[in-house]
Amino acid sequence: MNSHRHSKQHRVRSSALPQTRSATTEAPWVRTVLISLATGFLALFLLMPLFTVFIEAFRSGISAYFSTFEDRFIRHSIRLTLLTAAVAVPLNLVFGVAAAWAVTKFDFRGKSLLVTIIDLPFAVTPVIGGMIFILIFGAHGYLGPWLEGVNFQVVFAFPGIVLATTFGTVPFIARELIPVMQAQGRDEEYAAMTMGASGWRTFFKVTLPNVKWGLFYGVILCNARAMGEFGGVEVVSGKISGKTNTMTLQIQQLYFDYATVPAFATASLLAILALLTLLLKNIVERLSGRES
Amino acid sequence: MSIKAIQISKTFGTFKALENVSLEVPDGKLVSLLGPSGSGKTTLLRILAGLEFPDSLETSRVLFHGKDVTAAPAGRRGVGFVFQHYALFKHMTVESNVAFGLNSLPRKERPAKDVILTRVCELLQLVHLDGLGGRYPSELSGGQRQRVALARALAMNPKVLLLDEPFGALDAKVRKDLRRWLRTFQEEIKVTTIFVTHDQDEALELADEVVVMNNARIEQVGDPQTVYDRPVSPFVIEFLGNVNRFVAGVGSETKDREKDVLYVRPHDVELEPEDHETHAYALKAKVQHVFSAGNYGRVALERVGTREPFEAEVSRERLRELDLVPGRVVSVIFRHVRLFPKGEFLEADIRDGSLVASTSSFSAKTMYS
Repeated sequence: MNSHRHSKQHRVRSSALPQTRSATTEAPWVRTVLISLATGFLALFLLMPLFTVFIEAFRSGISAYFSTFEDRFIRHSIRLTLLTAAVAVPLNLVFGVAAAWAVTKFDFRGKSLLVTIIDLPFAVTPVIGGMIFILIFGAHGYLGPWLEGVNFQVVFAFPGIVLATTFGTVPFIARELIPVMQAQGRDEEYAAMTMGASGWRTFFKVTLPNVKWGLFYGVILCNARAMGEFGGVEVVSGKISGKTNTMTLQIQQLYFDYATVPAFATASLLAILALLTLLLKNIVERLSGRES
Repeated sequence: MSIKAIQISKTFGTFKALENVSLEVPDGKLVSLLGPSGSGKTTLLRILAGLEFPDSLETSRVLFHGKDVTAAPAGRRGVGFVFQHYALFKHMTVESNVAFGLNSLPRKERPAKDVILTRVCELLQLVHLDGLGGRYPSELSGGQRQRVALARALAMNPKVLLLDEPFGALDAKVRKDLRRWLRTFQEEIKVTTIFVTHDQDEALELADEVVVMNNARIEQVGDPQTVYDRPVSPFVIEFLGNVNRFVAGVGSETKDREKDVLYVRPHDVELEPEDHETHAYALKAKVQHVFSAGNYGRVALERVGTREPFEAEVSRERLRELDLVPGRVVSVIFRHVRLFPKGEFLEADIRDGSLVASTSSFSAKTMYS
């Protein structure tokens, strides 16, 4: 209210002045300071590290860079990361779609609680997630003895890594879908219902096409995050090179072992993934914008 | 197909949307559910469609042609539903939209592809959209989208057509055309049709029968003439068309009379020059404004003494004869008034210069003083 009145006054005054200036434009020096602050911050904290990764990775030349990926342990860590994402992302895809569907298309008790819980991994450090899984599935955990009995290892093995990764990436898809589906409303689903369409048909023919871009966007973000997961995985994996080291863990270990070039070369793969994600995100935004 | 709703109640949280509502719609009729927002009309329509269910599936009943469908889901009721904002599938062509229901049938009952296509073409012809089957909804105007929604709702040969505020999102001109078109269209296809509206003109012009709703209840059911001319409650008279409201006479007999309300439609207000020889019951009023655009002139008046504002509708010739300008005082006679003393309904007419109430205990004097 107040700001509205201000802008009005400002406009009136500026129209009385000889030089015209739009109401939102600040003085030139304010603009310069704000823009250089923002770009300076971005350069210092985002672009410089990104360049550093590539500079360090290629420090000993291109052949040294590529020979890194002949290392057995590094190859294994890459495979493990891909495999983890290949399980965690579909899990979250199913969960995210189900949660978003439940939240937006039905009214039920505890709905707001569910929405809050979906956000929990954003609010809590993944390390705590990892600790909880150790507490439940670890050798001295609640289910540990039983799991040992059926000879199924969760902690310090692939299932634990998947659990920790999934935990950290739960919100991404649901968070993307909920606003899109809310804006969509329920009328189209109701219309399909009155025409006798089954729930599955309604979902695949009506709901899904309407949210496909939001869903795709959620999936690429979820994937980027799943491959970059560190804290939770570090706790549950046990960090065994060639066995339970994911890429992020392997990078850390290489760096600690003063293997700078292999560490940064591996890190460069994750940096490329990040750049690809951003590119895809941009394309998706443009495509979905064009459609609506 | 006739529709019967018996004792329908519906609550959303603490909000009562419908309270013990019963309604009967005869076969082939075009019925309007009319009421302000929050009156429960859309909820009732959705319950008939099977998109909502009454609070109790035991005491409430919905019957289609005598058959109990209270608990049947929307897809099993054979209803066509048109949504307020059309709810067309944006990513499908007009053709696919219309064919959606037929394509949703189980494989055994589903007609062959070319049969479906023929049917879709027929339907598009029916709603005057032939040739537009390949377009997407975003490439159509509001009125065209509305007709696609209608064609889609009719594709499964519904026994009942339900429309939720069908013209609400259209501009005035298109709305009027489409309204007329729907009227003739419904007469052609003879499907029992119920539509929801908050627009009284729409309800009165279009419907065979108007169901006036207020506060989760049905106030009155009747043909347009009846609900307009013989409203059963102050709500109905105030909701249907313009009306002047006066707090009628401070009765000498009982104190209750103070709350009696007298209603006069603007077209039942007759204006005469101030010095005109009139009967004893004429009252004096001062002209405030004259609106002369349109078929009738509308005159805003203020009663001399009490300063109650009211409106009169007079023909344009009469307007010219009277030469009304703001500030002029005129004599006013009410041709026809309605009274609602303590909830009862009374009607009164001016005949031969004196006011004859249909109940003798009301004399004109008590009403005007």
